[in-house]
Amino acid sequence: MNTNQYETVIILTPVLSEQQMKDAVAGYRELITGNGGKLVHEENWGLTKLAYPIQKKGTGFYHLFEFTANPEFIKSFELAFRRDERVLRYLTVKLDRWGVDFNQRKRNGELRTVTPQGEKVVVKKKIEIEEEEL
Amino acid sequence: MSKETNFIFNQTPQVLQKKKYCRFKKHGIRYIDHKDAEFLLKFVNEQGKILPRRITGTSLKYQRKISVAIKRARHLALLPFLADGLK
Repeated sequence: MNTNQYETVIILTPVLSEQQMKDAVAGYRELITGNGGKLVHEENWGLTKLAYPIQKKGTGFYHLFEFTANPEFIKSFELAFRRDERVLRYLTVKLDRWGVDFNQRKRNGELRTVTPQGEKVVVKKKIEIEEEEL
Repeated sequence: MSKETNFIFNQTPQVLQKKKYCRFKKHGIRYIDHKDAEFLLKFVNEQGKILPRRITGTSLKYQRKISVAIKRARHLALLPFLADGLK
């Protein structure tokens, strides 16, 4: 069975309470692990401002899943998003080996970007949620 | 271009701009993150349009990756499709 590494970002509606948001995320987490997927990393960006309104909402809860799964799983995973009214947007990307490497280094805080002037600046670290036992 | 103009260009190197380079090739960056909106902002103008290669100096290989990354970031509302005074 071939597996790939994927990265999914979902935007949940801001009308949800903190607890409802966590429940929704937990549901998708179970969907991944229950279908033979393996979570690699998770990130909760919290309530974030959107660059433009989506469904007349200016903010949204961003959540990132990084996982390995069977390619067939992605279809059902995205179908779940489309059926779910709590999800404003989703984007799943298959990571190539550079992407996997990049995310690994980002997590370890080794990553640096280069400004146009050539200075090296450490990438601002995003808030990471506590690692949960799976 | 005739020989004469070539000659003039060669005689006035200070008029010519400093050679642009591809920052990805120079620093060995292989992957462009579509979640890093701050970084992608360097490749759009203040209206949120993707800057052409001739301005940023990016190589074709990475320009393609940048354009895909910016479009993904727009889908996730990390970057605007259209903006006024982004910078």
